[in-house]
Amino acid sequence: MTDTRKPVEDILTDYDIFDPEFVKDPYSAFSEIRESGCPIAHTERYAGSWLPTRYDDVVAIAQEYETFTSQSILVLPPIPGQNEGQYGGVKAPPISSDPPEHHWHRRLILPVFAPQAVAKYEQGTKDLCNSLIDEFIDKGTADVAGDYAQHIPVRVIATLLGVPLEMESDFTAWVRAALENITDVEGRKWARQNIIQFFLAQVEDRKNNPRENDFISELMNTEVEGKKVPLDYVLGVCNLMLVAGVDTTWSAIGSCMWHMAQHPEHRKALRDNPELWPTAIEELLRVYAPVTMARVLSKDAEFQGCPMKAGDRVLMAFPAANRDPRQFENPDEVILDREHNRHVAFGSGIHRCAGSNLARLEVRVALQTFLARIPEFELVNPDDVTWAGGQVHGPRRCMVKF
Amino acid sequence: MRVSVDSGSCHGHQMCAIAAPEVFGSDELGNATVLIDGDIPEELQAKARRAEANCPERAIIITE
Ligand code: HEM
Ligand code: SF4
Repeated sequence: MTDTRKPVEDILTDYDIFDPEFVKDPYSAFSEIRESGCPIAHTERYAGSWLPTRYDDVVAIAQEYETFTSQSILVLPPIPGQNEGQYGGVKAPPISSDPPEHHWHRRLILPVFAPQAVAKYEQGTKDLCNSLIDEFIDKGTADVAGDYAQHIPVRVIATLLGVPLEMESDFTAWVRAALENITDVEGRKWARQNIIQFFLAQVEDRKNNPRENDFISELMNTEVEGKKVPLDYVLGVCNLMLVAGVDTTWSAIGSCMWHMAQHPEHRKALRDNPELWPTAIEELLRVYAPVTMARVLSKDAEFQGCPMKAGDRVLMAFPAANRDPRQFENPDEVILDREHNRHVAFGSGIHRCAGSNLARLEVRVALQTFLARIPEFELVNPDDVTWAGGQVHGPRRCMVKF
Repeated sequence: MRVSVDSGSCHGHQMCAIAAPEVFGSDELGNATVLIDGDIPEELQAKARRAEANCPERAIIITE
């Protein structure tokens, strides 16, 4: 395949988040923009966007939800016509909701993800990790992105939602089309149709065969102000669980594995001092924050001297914020017991990741289980690692040997 | 030393409970609760400060 994209002239006025160089290493571009006289870059590509790179700017925008709305949160414009037709009202609440609806859209799902509620997934996640390791431990090599990380979150979410695990490869394909290969609009349409049809069938099935202790059933039966929540909300939440809970966490696990393969001293530190784990996970999430979201302006606003217009898109570069030297000392370095770490890998403000406690549990169990069984491993060839990026950043093939 | 959480700005990152699990917990929505009534014992004060320095919403208030 030949790459027909126009070379980037000036990163401050023409950045390209899908440029293969940027996808592989967005950090040097973030740093160049952040330390220039103009830390908020702009591009005309992909219908135009702004890119703030400083921690304080990203956090300030996340807090100002009235100006910077979540009506469209992908880094690209929505699929044309997406909001029309029979299922045009199916969005991705609460991530796609603004106040005042955002409040109940989010409130209803929070109890499912509180720390005490997600603890019950620990053992199942560990068993799953062990069964994946069984598949490759005797071979002496493994693709820790494709054979390990990729299979963990999708199965945890399928279990949580109460949908068939055998459909794992379909779920993965839909999620990749919806969140990863998003410059392909036809692929996004295909994914959206499949996801909606799939969950519609799941809802129908539950109407005929009621189930207990089932996330989708409980959602369908929830009442707000005396009325059952609308079908669009149920389908939208399921859509988001799948799309937000899979690619993100798998990318985080993959990046952590890539890091560990290159840092025997960190593997040793965690082995010798297991009490480091909680801060180590936060630090790895800071450095390898996988997710960039977007906001759309509700009105014209000058932000830090940038003349932003109603309808403009702003990229919420949480990965850039997390490496701002104004906020973090030695920001590119992984310091497993970093004292001050107000990282925003999970965002900031009202949309702060609802699934973060589950995500942390999955990342920690995936790393702990692997390191316990395969304490020593290294990359087969650092140049051979492939990456996804743009909206979600993480390795897609990462061969290690042990 | 006493600690409190501004519930209006807490968005449930749980980074306080990761830094100081003896001092901070979680309600049923995942937002922070303070587990210690009154003065924070000497031996937990460093942890409580660390929790404050890890809250992305700056929702933790420490009064000495
Ligand atoms: C390491 C893995 C993950 C990362 C880095 C991540 C990151 C994020 C970020 C940055 C946001 C904020 C979006 C915004 O500001 O527009 C967000 C929101 C959200 N995430 Fe996650 N996420 C992860 C895993 C998960 C998981 C496992 C789930 C649940 C199954 C989940 C569910 C959600 C939900 C429901 C929201 C929307 C919250 C709201 O709008 O009120 N995420 N996530
Ligand atoms: S770290 Fe801050 S925002 Fe998060 S739960 Fe604790 S007090 Fe709330």
